[in-house]
Amino acid sequence: MNTGEKALIFELSKPGRIAYSLPACDVPESAPAAYIPASLLRQTPAQLPEVYEVDVIRHYTELSRRNFGIDNGFYPLGSCTMKYNPKINEDTARLSGFANIHPYQPEESLQGALELLYTLQNDLAVLTGMDQVSLQPAAGAHGEWTGLMMIRAYHESRGEKRTKVIVPDSSHGTNPASATTAGFDTITIKSDERGMVDLDALRTAVSSDTAALMLTNPSTLGLFEEQIMEIAHIVHEAGGLLYYDGANSNAIMGITRPGDMGFDVVHLNLHKTMSTPHGGGGPGAGPVGVKSKLIPFLPKPIVGLRSDGAYYFDYDRPESIGRVKAFYGNFGILVRAYTYIRTYGPEGLRQVSECAVLNANYMMHRLASHYELPYPGVCKHEFVMSGRGLKDYGVRTLDVAKRLLDFGYHPPTIYFPLNVEECIMIEPTETESKETLDRFIDTMIQIAEEARTTPELVIGAPHGTVVRRLDETTAARKPILNCSCG
Amino acid sequence: MTAPHRYIPMTEQDKAEMLATIGAASTEDLFRDIPDAIRYRGIMPISPALDEFSLLGHMKALAGRNADTGRYTSFLGAGIYDHHQPVVIQHMISRSEFYTAYTPYQPEISQGELQAIFEFQSYICELTGMAVANASMYDGVTALSEAGALAAGATKRSRLVVSRTVHPEARETVRTMARGLGLEIVEVGYANGVTDLDALQAAVTNETAAVLIQSPNFFGCLEDLGAIEPIIHGVKGLFVVSANPISLGLLEAPGKLGADIVVGDAQPLGISQSLGGPTCGFFAVAEPLMRRMPGRIVGQTKDIDGKRGFVLTLQAREQHIRREKATSNICSNQALLALCASIYLSTLGKQGLIDVANLNLQKAHYASARLSEQHGITLPFSAPFFNEFVIRLPDEGPTVSEINRGLLKSGILGGYDLGIAYPELKGHMLIAVTEKRTREDIDHFASKLGEFA
Repeated sequence: MNTGEKALIFELSKPGRIAYSLPACDVPESAPAAYIPASLLRQTPAQLPEVYEVDVIRHYTELSRRNFGIDNGFYPLGSCTMKYNPKINEDTARLSGFANIHPYQPEESLQGALELLYTLQNDLAVLTGMDQVSLQPAAGAHGEWTGLMMIRAYHESRGEKRTKVIVPDSSHGTNPASATTAGFDTITIKSDERGMVDLDALRTAVSSDTAALMLTNPSTLGLFEEQIMEIAHIVHEAGGLLYYDGANSNAIMGITRPGDMGFDVVHLNLHKTMSTPHGGGGPGAGPVGVKSKLIPFLPKPIVGLRSDGAYYFDYDRPESIGRVKAFYGNFGILVRAYTYIRTYGPEGLRQVSECAVLNANYMMHRLASHYELPYPGVCKHEFVMSGRGLKDYGVRTLDVAKRLLDFGYHPPTIYFPLNVEECIMIEPTETESKETLDRFIDTMIQIAEEARTTPELVIGAPHGTVVRRLDETTAARKPILNCSCG
Repeated sequence: MTAPHRYIPMTEQDKAEMLATIGAASTEDLFRDIPDAIRYRGIMPISPALDEFSLLGHMKALAGRNADTGRYTSFLGAGIYDHHQPVVIQHMISRSEFYTAYTPYQPEISQGELQAIFEFQSYICELTGMAVANASMYDGVTALSEAGALAAGATKRSRLVVSRTVHPEARETVRTMARGLGLEIVEVGYANGVTDLDALQAAVTNETAAVLIQSPNFFGCLEDLGAIEPIIHGVKGLFVVSANPISLGLLEAPGKLGADIVVGDAQPLGISQSLGGPTCGFFAVAEPLMRRMPGRIVGQTKDIDGKRGFVLTLQAREQHIRREKATSNICSNQALLALCASIYLSTLGKQGLIDVANLNLQKAHYASARLSEQHGITLPFSAPFFNEFVIRLPDEGPTVSEINRGLLKSGILGGYDLGIAYPELKGHMLIAVTEKRTREDIDHFASKLGEFA
């Protein structure tokens, strides 16, 4: 790997070079000024680079080599479900009949796409135990906000103005942020010593103001909320609804369903559970499912099936919260997710969750004597450890993570959830072999040993990456956010 | 005992060894914490599994039932455009180091993605004439919503004035957002295809947080941004402009015309139409608004050896740090498609962007001239336009949707039926003409439309 600085594309520019080939102008041509008033015409051309095609290829190829994806190696990033992204998904999404279709074509010219969307709506409803699904939200947080807007509309339709959303202290940051964006105040409740929702705290927190409780189950600690039925009862008794953050659904497919646990609204992260790639930060998809009483409030349109067998976009939804995104959601991602479901079927998806949970428990048990385990017992698809025992040697969890880079691993999620000191959160997924897990575990054990014997090796890590630790403080204090090349 | 699967390496031997290490009797034992009452015991009635060959066949059959622009000639735009995608793009975004990576939380092994985003931000600033851009938004429509939310927060005002020439689905999305945040939306009408400036002047008050304008607007017409700017800045509100990035090859950067926030959808920059998603929103602001921006932002810095590097920065705005006090709830973005847009702009370069914008301009104007020659077809608006324009069809005669069904039989995807979103524009069609349309395509479309009209 090249360890020098990599030039910006702008720094490769040389006047006169081109990398494009455009159709000829085969119509009579006039100067732009003939069509556009001078006041609206660009005075100075945008200062884009002038490079040729080989520059483009080598530039982005080099950038890709300075990046780490699942195909490069193990990526046990907790709460992110970094499973293998199947290649067939990429092929199907690129079929011309999916990639090159327009959202406003006549419905009869989109029947294959509509059938796919309709089937996916139904499959996700069955998987989550919900009655109807909207595929429109573009991401998990977007799904959360959509769900909360429906919860708000539901309460308002009953003449109730409920202003509070309750979240546990172990929840994803998007939960309270989405609550704010949907116009709610957030109440954060503490977890008990077992990492579960504290029922007394919940009972104290609920009131006639409670709009919803947002919960991830299994939680971000990788633990199943065993008292979920009681939790649902407390919230429903108070007139509130239950929102299921589906980020951790990889633990439960075909094993238990949010709808059966008492949840009223669910979002799924297709870029986690359904193997669609994370793309370096997106695009994802965050479909939302609801119980029947919330169906009227779903974003519009949803895809319907007429008695004559024709699929259509159903816009006739007068109580809908409206639209949350242009068009029908991230269709290209939905094609990938549908492809994935069909590579497994119902029994295969159950096997996915079983293997994900077995892998996580195996890692937890093998690491238990080397790192602190705040919540021993059985975990689901992920688990948390604490690196605080290494602080005696001056080594922090961040250092352990950075040291893992030297061994070719992407580190686990660190410092989340916030209620575990020096937290390390590991999610292996089902697509990793025992050999991979063993090698990673051995490396973690070795790093713990290094922390005791040669802490400077850990604190100074990483040693073999294209850049070493970066100055994030100056980056935030004196931001340089573009190259100002123009 | 379950069947082996090509994505799952667990053998029966692995399973036995792992269970022994754990001290569990069976896999089932690992789910003992789930109450029996909520265990799912059946086989879920979802779509069944298919082998790889059969699945490819099934997907091809579904795809084959859609009229795609590989086989049909498209004059549809209205927010999603049929532009040429340089072939290098798919090769580069198919590199799995990019597409199988997560958000670049570990900068030392994510310099490729971080630099790519930094370059994307640089491209967006250059095109829009703004000081700062973020790493991308879900799409142009949600970017516009977030711009409205930012403006309300920055001005501590709760009224947004939105032109009816803004994309109807963008206005719907802004309304949903406004309901959540308790903001008021005032819509302003249009005259001759552009925002009615008198009505705008009347609607803007000291309580207006921002004016939301799209240019080229939904009708393809160019708004007089220079004339709108003093109206909103006169009351110390913010000027939000949604722009088509390809048009900025020819059109003045909104930042130069006084915009405070410039957003848009990068789909024209090499991103597949894909039934309208995923695309990629862009979001750029003037410097004073930098710390109020939603979403990820990449900054340049140095490592401990003094080497240039890139990191996610200004994270104190974001949900994972600020939770309920974050500037937005956005977490993921559209990084892979921001990469796509960057590769497009790298490929087109300084001259190519001007050339492609000019081709769109020339071909759209040729098309408008040819169509208006057809008997019964008129051009209702005379405002200047870029690559889209509105035609009016005869009142008697078939409806727009009937015409489009007829055109489909001739291998043509006709224009957008404006009567759907604008009742007063029943019988009007919005037509997009990109660089891909040849003179022959346009002449054929004109004569077919003439027959129907």
